[in-house]
Amino acid sequence: MLEIHNLHAAAGGRAILKGINLTVNRGEVHAIMGPNGSGKSTLAGVLAGRGELEVTDGGVTFQGQDLLDLEPEERARAGVFLAFQYPVEIPGVNNAYLLKAGLNEGRKARGETELDAMDFMALIRDRMKLLEMDDALLNRPVNEGFSGGEKKRNEIFQMAVLEPALAILDETDSGLDIDALKTVAAGVNALRNSERSMVVITHYQRLLNYIVPDSVHVLSGGRIVKSGGKELALELEKKGYGWIETESAPATA
Amino acid sequence: MSTAPETLEELAKQEYKYGFVTDVETDSIPVGLSEDVVRLISAKKEEPDWLLEWRLKAFRVWTTMVEPNWHNVEYSPIDYQAISYYAAPKKKPELQSLDEVDPEVRATFDKLGISLDEQKRLSGVAVDAVFDSVSVATTFKDTLANLGIIFCSFSEAVREHPDLVRQYLGSVVPHSDNFFAALNSAVFSDGSFAYIPKGVKCPMELSTYFRINAANTGQFERTLLVADEGAEVSYLEGCTAPQRDENQLHAAVVELVALDAATIKYSTVQNWYPGDENGKGGIYNFVTKRGKALANAKVTWTQVETGSAITWKYPSCILQGDNSVGEFYSVAVTNNRQQADTGTKMVHLGKNTRSTIISKGISAGRGQNTYRGLVRIGKGARGARNFSQCDSLLIGDRCGAHTFPYLEVKNTSSQVEHEASTSKIGEDQIFYCRQRGLSTEDAVNLIVNGFCKEVFRELPMEFAVEAQKLLGVSLEGSVG
Ligand SMILES: Nc1ncnc2c1ncn2[C@@H]1O[C@H](COP(=O)(O)OP(=O)(O)OP(=O)(O)O)[C@@H](O)[C@H]1O
Ligand SMILES: [Mg+2]
Repeated sequence: MLEIHNLHAAAGGRAILKGINLTVNRGEVHAIMGPNGSGKSTLAGVLAGRGELEVTDGGVTFQGQDLLDLEPEERARAGVFLAFQYPVEIPGVNNAYLLKAGLNEGRKARGETELDAMDFMALIRDRMKLLEMDDALLNRPVNEGFSGGEKKRNEIFQMAVLEPALAILDETDSGLDIDALKTVAAGVNALRNSERSMVVITHYQRLLNYIVPDSVHVLSGGRIVKSGGKELALELEKKGYGWIETESAPATA
Repeated sequence: MSTAPETLEELAKQEYKYGFVTDVETDSIPVGLSEDVVRLISAKKEEPDWLLEWRLKAFRVWTTMVEPNWHNVEYSPIDYQAISYYAAPKKKPELQSLDEVDPEVRATFDKLGISLDEQKRLSGVAVDAVFDSVSVATTFKDTLANLGIIFCSFSEAVREHPDLVRQYLGSVVPHSDNFFAALNSAVFSDGSFAYIPKGVKCPMELSTYFRINAANTGQFERTLLVADEGAEVSYLEGCTAPQRDENQLHAAVVELVALDAATIKYSTVQNWYPGDENGKGGIYNFVTKRGKALANAKVTWTQVETGSAITWKYPSCILQGDNSVGEFYSVAVTNNRQQADTGTKMVHLGKNTRSTIISKGISAGRGQNTYRGLVRIGKGARGARNFSQCDSLLIGDRCGAHTFPYLEVKNTSSQVEHEASTSKIGEDQIFYCRQRGLSTEDAVNLIVNGFCKEVFRELPMEFAVEAQKLLGVSLEGSVG
């Protein structure tokens, strides 16, 4: 599904990702953890095609094609979804309207017929139930005035509607209260299947109690410095990141 | 995009040539403006004496006036003696089929969703005998006539309904109102006239089916609409298709008279040629538009301004009668080198008069967009209320938005509210939309349309759809 090979990326003239290697197979869920500023969101941004990030070396293959060759919207239509760490507010643009436009772009790209308003409403009603979304949020401008938790829930709701092949969730758990965390995690789990892959970025192992990952990676200083099973997250929770950084001090600093 | 103006230029030149080569079409007078020229214009149009006298009065005042320079636009001085003030309507070169039309122009037509028939008409393609909108137009003319509604060209109104014209001409915009209005009063070429009799609701949007007549009325257009007591009318001006004119200066005047309890809704979509990326060759649009509302009457201006190199325009309402209502809804777009200084004046004279101003300015490229609005509440306007909202949207960081709200309140029992905001389409907003599958262009359209929706809501349905598409075309290439 996703193969990241020796990926180097820079922003503002500064090297941030320094050789990421990661393979995510169809149906797998990978968690990425790591200290603040280690490059987790940068990695997510590179995968989604954020403009200000410059890939300086390496490559990414997604479903057999060169992902970095595609425009951000082409990646989205091909099934790459990013749940933003900081969802953007777009005043004046109706939440449901943006979602319908995005969904239909994806359908067009796949050669499917576009959903009309009726079918679309039926689909989102269903997904709103799944995420226990408040009706009012649907018809408000995108993220405008949403609480922190509402924004995160809205991201997962969009994912549930768009049904991507690869979902990258960037700290979706931060800002959610305990009940919301359970609901959102249940929503994510409901979307888990043998076809869909996920990359879950988080600081807290708590989320991984609900969304149980196949592997856990530690990103530090722009590299993946340790990988393991779900127990690795528990160990990190206990010991912090210090022990890994000393254990696997990079050969080239 | 960059080749279009050149090709349009060619097209315009052809037109021009055509006008001078053929004998029948040489009916224009030498450049320059003098009393003799005003007399000549009036004589050529076989006008009655009172109208000539009115033109002359205006001309004499105009010679004593100076061109306004308080607006926030820049342009090289206009040489008023280098303009020809009269040209009989010229024939467009007839093309045999749409294939002869510049592909860039056709592409724009397609983007705007203009029907094939309409495309043919706009590009001067010879049309078959059965031309839908012509026959439709005839049917509608009959309907209007049965209701006693007069709707015709200004010249025809002067011939057929001189008393009405004489009674109301200059009653809202006097011949001496301002530099450009005085110039227009002296030399106006033609325009539209409508009269809706007492208590009659005009059953259709005037001019939807008459855009044929509305086009090509020249650079000094004059429009006069009168809604008699209790009458209602909605009038549409302009056209979303790109309009090109070899005359750089346009100085139109529109007067609306809403008698007791009458309602006039005047909607404009203006898309004059804005010039190339450097602003070369664009139209200067200096317009005076004003409506007068008597007791319980309502005047609504809705405008979508995307064209012209320079726009200078303040559709205004004189709320003379008690309980009268004035509304102004505006979207003004400036891209590349375009400059717009537009807004409204709401003059509250009657008691309990109400006005609403919603202005949406969009600047992209190096465009400069200025809102200038005046709310004046007179001594006698007890209980008057105004609400103004001026929002600016910036696309990119080389453009500008400026807001100049003026308030003159001479009455303590009145209420005035003003809200303003400036926002910018951020890279992160566009990225967010693209991450959900939208192209950059669609993302910009979505954000811009969201920004304008309070104004679009005021446009007649069909016009609103066109206006939305037009905005997209106008802002094309402004991001990324
Ligand atoms: N556009 C940019 N210009 C300059 N520096 C940037 C830019 N984007 C990210 N960085 C820097 O790159 C580093 C990695 O940032 P990133 O957001 O990827 O971290 P993160 O691992 O997601 O951290 P957190 O856990 O706090 O979300 C940080 O030091 C950040 O300041
Ligand atoms: Mg981050």
